[in-house]
Amino acid sequence: MNKKRYQIISKETLANDIVSMWIKAPDITDTAAAGQFVSVYCDDKSALLPRPISICDTDGNGGLRLVFKIVGKGTLELSKKNTGDGLDILGPLGNGFGMAFDKIAGMDNPDIAFIGGGVGIPPMLISAKSVNGRKNIILGYRDTVFMNEDFDGYGNVYIATENGSAGVKGNVIDCLIENKLHPDIILACGPLPMLKGIKKYAEENNITAFVSLEEKMACGIGACLACVCKTNETDSHSMVKNKRICKDGPVFDVKEVDFT
Amino acid sequence: MNMKVNFAGVEFNNPITTASGTFGSGMEYADIVDLSRLGAVTTKGVANIPWAGNPTPRIAETYGGMINAIGLQNPGIDVFIKRDIPYLKQCGTKIIANVCGKSTEDYCETVEKLSETDVDMLEINISCPNVKEGGIAFGQNPKAVESITSEIKKRSKKPVIMKLTPNVTDITEMARAAENGGADALSLINTITGMKIDINRRTFALANKTGGLSGPAIHPVAVRMVYQTANAVNIPILGMGGVATYEDALELMMAGATMVAVGTANFNNPNATIEIIDGIADYMERNNIDDINEIIGCVK
Repeated sequence: MNKKRYQIISKETLANDIVSMWIKAPDITDTAAAGQFVSVYCDDKSALLPRPISICDTDGNGGLRLVFKIVGKGTLELSKKNTGDGLDILGPLGNGFGMAFDKIAGMDNPDIAFIGGGVGIPPMLISAKSVNGRKNIILGYRDTVFMNEDFDGYGNVYIATENGSAGVKGNVIDCLIENKLHPDIILACGPLPMLKGIKKYAEENNITAFVSLEEKMACGIGACLACVCKTNETDSHSMVKNKRICKDGPVFDVKEVDFT
Repeated sequence: MNMKVNFAGVEFNNPITTASGTFGSGMEYADIVDLSRLGAVTTKGVANIPWAGNPTPRIAETYGGMINAIGLQNPGIDVFIKRDIPYLKQCGTKIIANVCGKSTEDYCETVEKLSETDVDMLEINISCPNVKEGGIAFGQNPKAVESITSEIKKRSKKPVIMKLTPNVTDITEMARAAENGGADALSLINTITGMKIDINRRTFALANKTGGLSGPAIHPVAVRMVYQTANAVNIPILGMGGVATYEDALELMMAGATMVAVGTANFNNPNATIEIIDGIADYMERNNIDDINEIIGCVK
């Protein structure tokens, strides 16, 4: 594996700061799994750290879809690239929702909830496409709705917005309750307050939840120990209670994670 | 063409190693980098017991660099000896083991244990800006530098490199103190203490408030300090600080470094070490340099 330059096949702006790109990257899509991410490098070398971006989708033909939010210098540079431009990527990286899928395979026709919040929504698309069963998809937004139609055909889609401009007014947990959904297992990606809410919901309802975490990363491959999360059990790498989000995660059983 | 260097009595196939903390124990990079091609792997700092490190966020990008306050999270010497040293040995690379501690006794315990292993050299971190005890506290006072160096030298059966901090008025004073304490070599520079503020959250970018600045932004500081130190002591230098290309590595060598470590560049380009080794070989060929040793300290 090494960082390589790939070509952008198409680009689309989904909301004012959310960009979607398809990239021709067959050697990444060959092994890419739901919940994994890639490191995207900037051409501007004054921005030297790779940007970890979760895999949104693959097309079975070497196409890799990344959907990201413009949050700073690196993602701004990336957003200005166009069809035909190249970009440097290393991946696929990390452990995705494989453990969740194994768990689902061992359950009796479970009610599965895929929950995405904001820019945590993109990885839930490949995740929802990767598993069969009774699927509900809960998408939470601050205000502007995006990508919701991409989920059509992969489950029942429910929307929550903080300002009430679409779907349920409130957060994804409010949306679960208002729609009388009772998942047996949750797969989720989103901002920290949402994931904390899911941990609490899962504990109260005695169900399993797998969450994808985010943290500032440097190496992206488990060497630098920048992106750790506190865990309840001792981690096997450093023998403390810090798992590496990039290498041991980004997906964890929420029971493992200590959000305090 | 010869790229071999003799560094404090140890022979390395080429002058390029990794900067401690940026490369783990090599395992994570082995899918990308052929570790046997490196002069050595310098491993992440290890203490006598496991350290949990600092809270997150631990890093932030800055213009042409980054600041970090990882806080020397490490699994402790026993796991390191059992797991990481055998792994690196079977990869066929030389090992420079970096040691951290909170007290002289901590350092000595780790040094004694490493003395009985297959590591080739020890690099002693007396310059970490991100831990409250030990670390930099030892590195900013010449008396403390000399004293800890001599205590470590009494117990080490391996050649000892003392890693110096740039966060001092005169680095040559610390370099001489380490030399007086019996150090076999020096490495410099560790990171430069910095701070970044997140203007949207109106707070520090790092949970530790301050962090060590690394990356291309600090390279000229490293060149200057390596040059000054090379002219002040008679022990060899492992130069580091913002090396991202073979040109950067050659600058440090011409300033007086026998070996060069590549650190933050690994994050921007996981294959940076190999590209730098190849770049130096190409440079030597283009300039009819038969022996890399010709260029060490050639700029007076």
